[in-house]
Amino acid sequence: MTTLPPLTTREDRARAHRHRARRSITISAISTIVVIGGLVAYVLTSPGWPRVRRQFFSASVFGSSFGSVLSGFWLDVRMFLIVEVVVLVFALLIALVRTMRVPVLFPLRMLAIVYVDVFRGVPTILVVYLFGFAVPGLELSGMPTSATTLSGIALALCYSAYVSEVFRAGLESIHPSQAGAALALGLTPTQALRHVIVPQAVRRVLPPLLNDFIALQKDVALVSVVGPQEAFRVAQIFAAQYFNYTPLMAAALLYLSVTIPLTRLVDRMQARNMRERGGLLALGPR
Amino acid sequence: MSPPVLELRGVTKSYGGTDVLRGIDLTVDEHEAIALIGASGSGKSTLLRCIDLLDEIDDGDILLDGEPITVPGLDPVPIRRRLGLVFQAFNLFPHMRVIDNVTLGATRAQSVDRAQARASGLALLERFGLGDRADAYPDNLSGGQQQRVAIARALLTHPRAVLLDEVTSALDPELVGEVLDIIRELKADGMTMIIATHEMEFARDFADRVCFLADGRIVEHGPPEQIFSAPAQPETQRFLARLLARR
Ligand SMILES: Nc1ncnc2c1ncn2[C@@H]1O[C@H](COP(=O)(O)OP(=O)(O)OP(=O)(O)O)[C@@H](O)[C@H]1O
Ligand SMILES: [Mg+2]
Repeated sequence: MTTLPPLTTREDRARAHRHRARRSITISAISTIVVIGGLVAYVLTSPGWPRVRRQFFSASVFGSSFGSVLSGFWLDVRMFLIVEVVVLVFALLIALVRTMRVPVLFPLRMLAIVYVDVFRGVPTILVVYLFGFAVPGLELSGMPTSATTLSGIALALCYSAYVSEVFRAGLESIHPSQAGAALALGLTPTQALRHVIVPQAVRRVLPPLLNDFIALQKDVALVSVVGPQEAFRVAQIFAAQYFNYTPLMAAALLYLSVTIPLTRLVDRMQARNMRERGGLLALGPR
Repeated sequence: MSPPVLELRGVTKSYGGTDVLRGIDLTVDEHEAIALIGASGSGKSTLLRCIDLLDEIDDGDILLDGEPITVPGLDPVPIRRRLGLVFQAFNLFPHMRVIDNVTLGATRAQSVDRAQARASGLALLERFGLGDRADAYPDNLSGGQQQRVAIARALLTHPRAVLLDEVTSALDPELVGEVLDIIRELKADGMTMIIATHEMEFARDFADRVCFLADGRIVEHGPPEQIFSAPAQPETQRFLARLLARR
């Protein structure tokens, strides 16, 4: 028997690969330059650009306001971190109450459903208003009176409602046979949740969870409506003082400095999730 | 004389109007291996789940070492710790390494010291030919390996009896043997067990007694030679004839 010469070689394939890669990079680079360059030129040649530049991008105003806006942003960061921890714990509890079909939990379950419906249905800014102005008006004993704390509570309540739904989706996606296997080993229902169900559920919803936290990070700015001097509020004050919007741009930069790295992290996790399951990446060229 | 390890008296179970078990009587003595055979949907899995108290029976009694375990209000958790159950679909915990799957019951349910549980877990995996896979995740194992891990997981808590639910039916034919070998080994060690199976040859040479389940009842039971060579009941004859015809 004679061996036939191979029709294609490894080198052929590698060359085709390189060619294809070069072509797609060229195409996307050119289209990006055209689109972005076009947009920039469109804005820069607009009749009002010189005025807008002075109003929004003034280097001197930026320089004199940035320090104060940055110290305001420190409050955003602290509120974000504290509210996030509260939301994680509270939302998980709500989700567990809603998923577990234990009869004793029935009244709690009803309460949880009403809570989630209400706080998801009302604009966050409205809840912040109510907590910032109405709650202190009640003069309840033992209730905190600081606007920062109250608006933090409002944010935590709104976001817990959202995040509890994310957790619930995760919990419900775990097949009941996992609980069966845990119980068969002799674990108590609580141990089964803690060691088997919750860890798998959380892993599964990590990307949407982080998405909600990016949203929370920005929404901390909403507390400014009831007084706390966070970045957006400080920027507004400076803007009014200088008759110039540049301080708001400074605040925008600070928000971005946190949200963009967080977004990249989510992307990375989503891509990994996708790779593990085969997912959409299978559609790309090999 | 000591009581049987397991005793079922008139156990019934229905799911939303369909009677799955209609009065099961069964005793399993120490060191006895029972093969549970029957058509798909005859209630084999249901019976094993009821014995391990994962499903609540409607009527009847189940006794473990002479002690009723289906008394209403009794906490099922400590009783489940005395039994091992292995599932058809393995049901390993995908987020845990093999060794942690195997030791979870011992460390959490029986509060065995971590290092000690790990040592005995590794020894058991070694014995099952999985010594080098202890730190792998279940998804990276073959089906046969996963099922061997699942058996190890059920055994590490030293159960009084193990219940095996069609442990080979989710496996490729060439992987069935490695799992059956382990079950034969357990039998040689004197483990008391009930095994639901579609592997008739295995049931014939392995079991001390074969129980044929149909219409929610144990229609016939006896030594394998008798059930397979000279079944007394027409239902058993039909079931076995159908199986033979399929091959
Ligand atoms: N949780 C459940 N809810 C409703 N019906 C169920 C449930 N579990 C089992 N059944 C029904 O009970 C009957 C017996 O099921 P079971 O799984 O015990 O059969 P089996 O003998 O193990 O079958 P197989 O050989 O296919 O595994 C089936 O008709 C099934 O549809
Ligand atoms: Mg079954």
